[in-house]
Amino acid sequence: MELIETKTNNKVLASKQIVSEASSILRVKDLNVFAGHHHILKNVELEIPRNKITVLIGPSGCGKTTLLKCINKLTDLYKELKVSGSIFIDKDDILNTDTNIPALRQKMGLLSQRPYPLPVSIYKNVAYGLKLKGVRDKKLIDFSVEKHLREVGLWEEVKNRLNSPATRLSIGQQQRLCLARGLAVKPSIILADEPTSSLDPISSKIIENLFKDLTKHYTIILVTHVLRQAIRLADHVIFMNDGEIIEQGSPEILFKSPKTEQLRAYLVDGN
Amino acid sequence: MQIRRIFLDKVNGFWMVFSMITILIIPFIIGVGLYLKAAPLFENQSLLKLIFSSSWAPSTGEFGFWPFITGSLYVTLLSFLFTAPVCLFAAIYLTQFSSPGLIRVMHPVIDVLAGLPSVIYGVWGILVIVPFVSDYAAPFFGTSSSGYSVLSGGIVLAVMCIPYTLNMLIEVFNTVPNGLKEASLSLGATMWESVKHVVIRGNYPGIISAYGLGIAKAFGETIAVMMVVGNMVNTSGNPFEAAYPLPALIANNYGEMLSIPMYNAALMFAAFLLFIIILMINLFFRYLIHKTKRQ
Repeated sequence: MELIETKTNNKVLASKQIVSEASSILRVKDLNVFAGHHHILKNVELEIPRNKITVLIGPSGCGKTTLLKCINKLTDLYKELKVSGSIFIDKDDILNTDTNIPALRQKMGLLSQRPYPLPVSIYKNVAYGLKLKGVRDKKLIDFSVEKHLREVGLWEEVKNRLNSPATRLSIGQQQRLCLARGLAVKPSIILADEPTSSLDPISSKIIENLFKDLTKHYTIILVTHVLRQAIRLADHVIFMNDGEIIEQGSPEILFKSPKTEQLRAYLVDGN
Repeated sequence: MQIRRIFLDKVNGFWMVFSMITILIIPFIIGVGLYLKAAPLFENQSLLKLIFSSSWAPSTGEFGFWPFITGSLYVTLLSFLFTAPVCLFAAIYLTQFSSPGLIRVMHPVIDVLAGLPSVIYGVWGILVIVPFVSDYAAPFFGTSSSGYSVLSGGIVLAVMCIPYTLNMLIEVFNTVPNGLKEASLSLGATMWESVKHVVIRGNYPGIISAYGLGIAKAFGETIAVMMVVGNMVNTSGNPFEAAYPLPALIANNYGEMLSIPMYNAALMFAAFLLFIIILMINLFFRYLIHKTKRQ
């Protein structure tokens, strides 16, 4: 009985707090992901507001990373995963149409838990996506590399060693390089999966400040386990548990007066 | 109790150092031993003449090793040309594209190939590859061949080396983190572009190392090659003609023809040459690995 009540409450909350369709850049409908018999994502329905930071929170293993991987179709890499439902980016359902997958992924920059610089120089890391897009003009590439390294505050630190291997940078610098690399392909959405979890507090703060600035031009979906970070950054919050969306809405409402016991318990433990 | 622990600590430390030193000095002992046994040969002929002369007439005291050196290099090069692309693409497919189930099926197959005695490869070469070369490959290129040839040796050697190189390449490619591939894909790369730029480029040292191991193994392989390569002194460079690699020379003749003066020393010199060439191959690949790592 209690479970039915909770689920009904969830649906009501979701319908009340959902972002208006016009302002949303991404809509997920009835998304289900199975790994064998394991139901990882269960009937996920959500909308992501444009040019805002949407923060996904929830306990480890609740499906946040899987949700991000569904959004840029990296689930295709894992043959054991079965994905069904719809993900609309603007009006295109990327799960159900013959989408140009590489072009689709370029719309969504990915920032992982730990930085993964490509095994080439700093310059080539940023130029990589541009070259994949077919840009061959050296001056344009040079301009873009400088612009995006400046955008993430890395230019002054690396301008004299652009041809050094990217792996020689510190972890914090590598993460900013990965962000610059992603921005260079002009994505609409940035998918950030706990991007500060392996960084020191100073580097984390730099990334957080960058995210705040980037919302002028980009939509950010951020997965984090750090509640204070979620409070600092979120314009919209989605709480997941056990593969389901439990609550979503503005941070003021969700963090101050959670409607479900699950979120209340998560916030209490998290703090 | 405390004294016993310290004693065990020191004993184990000693054994570790002892084991390491033993492994280090074994190649040195082998090299010096072979050199000393071959030394009488240097009294009559210069080292350069021994290496670069093509005249092989033991009964008149002429020992030119050039045909044997080139025979070994030629067979090894051919086997490398067959092995390198096959192993590279198979390892990429198995680690990057196939389902985990296929790798589980392939591993025992690769292990069986690696575990087969080389004489079985030799017999297979005589039954399948030699007739194939004489009946199909040679006529296809407008020539004739008995089938006992450099090409047969190269093919048999390639098949023998595949499991070693493939196993190592699979291990190398499995070390690529999924996050790196995901990063490349999310920048708009196709799967093949990601493989090219991330999996291959990021693993040059590992790939070179796998190939180096395969070449060193191929160069020293004896029985299977000896059974199909024809064992005739020849420097023509024609892949459809026979050759005589260094290991086959030693295996065919050691312990025989002791009545010929210096023959034993000549065979020891062949073994010493083999030892030096394999050492040089390994050092060359070490250098390549070091260079690519720095880059």
